[in-house]
Amino acid sequence: MSEDIFQGYKNKALEVLKKYNVRVWGQASIETTRGNFEGTVLPRSENDDDIHIVLKIITGYNIGIDIGTITNMKETGYKKANYKIPEKEFPTTPGLPSVKLFGTGGTIASRLDYRTGAVIPAFSPGELYGAVPELADICNLTTEKVFAVFSENMGPKQYISLAKAIGEEIKNGIDGIVIGHGTDTLHHTGAALTFMVQNSPVPIVLVGSQRSSDRPSSDAALNLMHAMKTAGHSDIAEVMVCMFGPTSDDYGLLHKGTRVRKMHSSYRSTFRTIGDTPLATVNRDKITPIKKDYKQRRNDRNVDILPYFSDKVTMLYYYPGMKPDTIDALVDNGYKGIVFVGTGLGHVNKELYPAIERATKKGVVMYMTLQTLWGYVHMFVYDTGRDMMARGIIPAGNMLPEVAFIKLGWAMGQTEDPEEIKKIMLTPINDEITKREPYNGYLVYQGGVPEVEDFIKKFRK
Amino acid sequence: MKKNKSPEITKFSPKKNYELTQKEVGYIPRKKAKKADYERIGFMSGLEVHQQLKTKEKLFCHCPAGVFHSHDDFNAEIIRHMRPTLSELGEYDGTALMEYKTRKEIIYRINNQTACTYEIDDTPPFKINQEALEYALEISLLSKFNIVGEVHITRKQYLDGSIPAGFQRTAILGVEGEIPLKNKKVRLIQLSIEEDSSREISDIGHTRVYKTDRLGMPLIETVTYPEMYTPDELKEAAEYIRFLNRSTGRVRVGSGAGREDVNVSCKGGTRVEIKGVSYNKLIPELSHIEGFRQWALLNIKRKLNDNVKDPTIWKIQHKEIDYRDFDLKYEPITNGLIDKYRILAVNLPDFKGILSHFTQPGKIFANEISDRLKVIACIEKPNMVHSEELEPKIIEENFTKIKELLNAKENDAQIIFWAPEADIPTALETIEERCKMAFEGVPQETRKSFLDGTTIFERVLPGADRMYPDTDSAPIPLENNYIDELSKSLPSEVIDRYNQLNKWGIPEDTYTYIFRNNLFPLIEKIIKTLKINPKFIGTFIGHKLKFIEGHYTSADKFEYSKIYDLFKYLTDSKLDIQLSKKILPVVFQYPKMDFDSILTSINFKSVPKEEILSKIPFLKQKYSEIKTSKDDKVAKNWIMGELQKTAIGNIPPDQLAQAIVQN
Repeated sequence: MSEDIFQGYKNKALEVLKKYNVRVWGQASIETTRGNFEGTVLPRSENDDDIHIVLKIITGYNIGIDIGTITNMKETGYKKANYKIPEKEFPTTPGLPSVKLFGTGGTIASRLDYRTGAVIPAFSPGELYGAVPELADICNLTTEKVFAVFSENMGPKQYISLAKAIGEEIKNGIDGIVIGHGTDTLHHTGAALTFMVQNSPVPIVLVGSQRSSDRPSSDAALNLMHAMKTAGHSDIAEVMVCMFGPTSDDYGLLHKGTRVRKMHSSYRSTFRTIGDTPLATVNRDKITPIKKDYKQRRNDRNVDILPYFSDKVTMLYYYPGMKPDTIDALVDNGYKGIVFVGTGLGHVNKELYPAIERATKKGVVMYMTLQTLWGYVHMFVYDTGRDMMARGIIPAGNMLPEVAFIKLGWAMGQTEDPEEIKKIMLTPINDEITKREPYNGYLVYQGGVPEVEDFIKKFRK
Repeated sequence: MKKNKSPEITKFSPKKNYELTQKEVGYIPRKKAKKADYERIGFMSGLEVHQQLKTKEKLFCHCPAGVFHSHDDFNAEIIRHMRPTLSELGEYDGTALMEYKTRKEIIYRINNQTACTYEIDDTPPFKINQEALEYALEISLLSKFNIVGEVHITRKQYLDGSIPAGFQRTAILGVEGEIPLKNKKVRLIQLSIEEDSSREISDIGHTRVYKTDRLGMPLIETVTYPEMYTPDELKEAAEYIRFLNRSTGRVRVGSGAGREDVNVSCKGGTRVEIKGVSYNKLIPELSHIEGFRQWALLNIKRKLNDNVKDPTIWKIQHKEIDYRDFDLKYEPITNGLIDKYRILAVNLPDFKGILSHFTQPGKIFANEISDRLKVIACIEKPNMVHSEELEPKIIEENFTKIKELLNAKENDAQIIFWAPEADIPTALETIEERCKMAFEGVPQETRKSFLDGTTIFERVLPGADRMYPDTDSAPIPLENNYIDELSKSLPSEVIDRYNQLNKWGIPEDTYTYIFRNNLFPLIEKIIKTLKINPKFIGTFIGHKLKFIEGHYTSADKFEYSKIYDLFKYLTDSKLDIQLSKKILPVVFQYPKMDFDSILTSINFKSVPKEEILSKIPFLKQKYSEIKTSKDDKVAKNWIMGELQKTAIGNIPPDQLAQAIVQN
């Protein structure tokens, strides 16, 4: 079939459409036991039931008609929607930095098809310029779609091709790189790129949006502006995540790719630096560093691309009463590295010890990280910790669980020697383990406290 | 050489021009307007009636509904800037573009008691409030809508900031309904359930502040076809829909709980929407004025097209002026200078007689420009003076000089406006745009109303391309048995209730009060269960209670059900219902007081009928001694007066009167 004229309809609803000879995008007048309805038949979402037909009525609203109530139906016209995002040529301004935007399939800039509700990504410079014309005042933009996957489907393969593409761009003389990315696994990619693209002379900025750009209150446009500003103008040549500081349309925060985490399922200001302060704030005019020592922008084109990853690595979130067979199963299935996410200072129960010993004997390397997210693994404080270390678990300092997982995969992509791996794991590349935790690295003030309430009321932050 | 006008040209008077153009348009005050006047201008109107539902929680989150705060009662503020999104045709919506031009910083005040992360669009919607959906469906059924098979939540874009997400979640429940008016039936287009918007606190310059207590409360919108052809008919429809909504007992009442958008057009005009009208009594006046405003704009269109050869190339000229060269002793201008405003003079070719052209009572075309400068360019009023002020604000010589400066012709008009530098491009664009629209006739826009019935520009009317499916929520099927079940428990129709009141002989002047407060069920219950005279109870509620409500205040919440209790008490105690009139003021003021105590407080004593009647012969005797008139009626009244205090509540007045005559 060249074209699906009954898009999304199945079983009973499909039969009804066929019976009355009415197509998707057909103007239909429908007689039902509940009265008459008129409108354009819309495609139906594949996951919805098979007993309703969707109509767009003249006032622009959508409604569903129960096929059980339909007594007659007639197609009175037909008009297929052809939706296209308008393209305007992205202007080049001499003197502005050139920035490359890599697309990974996230919907940082997208448009909604008003008729179907489908998301259409805006991606080419022309499309982006049409949607966010302010970008042209910040940089000269080129774009490249590296692949198109949802955030949750990003993985080692994608990290590697992204790292290689970045390497190429740097060699070609780009002033900064922005990567548009879904937000769910933005921090995993942040860590992966920190390890795979080292010693970069230019900023590498990961950006996403918590509210898709088809809504007027979207954070996408401002995030893009902040990211382009950072990539083109910032002196900080590191892998960073650039997202909203507060939920207000105010300023963005730049987080180190190794210390950042998505901390709220839906807030705009979901990304937080854990165990440290963010790198800098950014608004449309300037970047204001918070941390004084960072890797500075250079003019050379040297960069180390280390595109390695082993998928024989896994992560185990400990819970009370966990049984040893969970570890056995992983080992028996050939996993060679396990990152534990332990309780408190880095603990699991005694029942697991034999399984841990068995794993060590089979050459599996194991690292301990924390469910508390904030703080360091301390395995010397209690006997349990010492017991575990004796059985082969290595404390990973204050490395975040997801970062430890990514780093272990990256390390084991390079070597299988446990000592080598340990050396790589415990030698920080960009603060994935920090020597000290500043006093203000842990700030989770709670509502209800008068001083906190007072601050929230006054500062819109 | 132009300085001295030739004496034979009579001096142009803006005032006279205003009066003359008012006559040209044929404007007459509403009180004098007849049906034929509305036919002459092709008056057409329709309504979008908004009504809040009386639910415990909001529509898409679990915040309480109906809790309100003062402006300064908030816990946090957040900022948003709304960006236009492209329409499906790849173009920006008119409103969107305008709102974006205004570069507004929107601030939302959040009180933790009434707003959560959903209201500020930081959490996706929860499942739709079932209570709200049910109430809305009941009203849809009563309004005879065809109920949809499946409810699809749709996003409707709003860029004015009234909703932090930039869109309202809304869904159609029914299409093609109908309401009966006295002389005709009015068709209804659709009924939707939607979330209410934020309440504006202020809008000054580039900052607009909202509070979020009302935001997200369940609301229904009933939309009529534009089938009302006089302002009175329009009001009748508004009242009917309001009473229908209230007849369910499922809706909120009080200030702002019911609001109408009034759509008006005239022949050759366009649909203009007057937003948020809270009082139905204002509807006739403001729709009347809007009809004629459009008629006036069409007169302007005719004049301009007669005078200007090629409207497509028409444009304004402007020059910045130095205040030191002029005599601008007008406070807002001098204040402006202090605030580092810049002053610009603008020439409008061939607009002489247009700026002072009548548009609404007391308003001229120049107001349309000034209103837009405030809304679109964010320049606070007063923001301009012009060459055709009805009351000149600066001395006329200024304009003589400005005409020269701008190389203006005799038939041109001029504006002087002042603005911060950043707003000047938008201001100039706005002036030119509004003037160019005058060649076309009536711009599509939404307007805000004042109590005197005049209106002011609010926003550009949004296009149709601002609706799209809400990807955050699944469609909700409405099964037949659910709808059937709801249909069974519906209240009777307002029109039937109206006819029943009539049949009961209850005077018509009580109906509005009865329907407004949904008191029909109460009256019906009292009549049916207590067998009380319908006319008595009708006027008791429609006159007496209405009066008491307007003149007394309650110490505690007075529930109308108390009226039933009152009559039940009187019936059970075998007391005369006339006593209710004496009890009502007390029970209204102190709803918690029991009826026995109330009787004591009004000095009522239960006296047997016979004892009262036994006093008649004695009083007759006494009257014959003091006899003031020969008329028996006077005698009867005097005796009744003497007995009234003890009689009330113990014996009905008609029985007493009869006994006096018979004894």
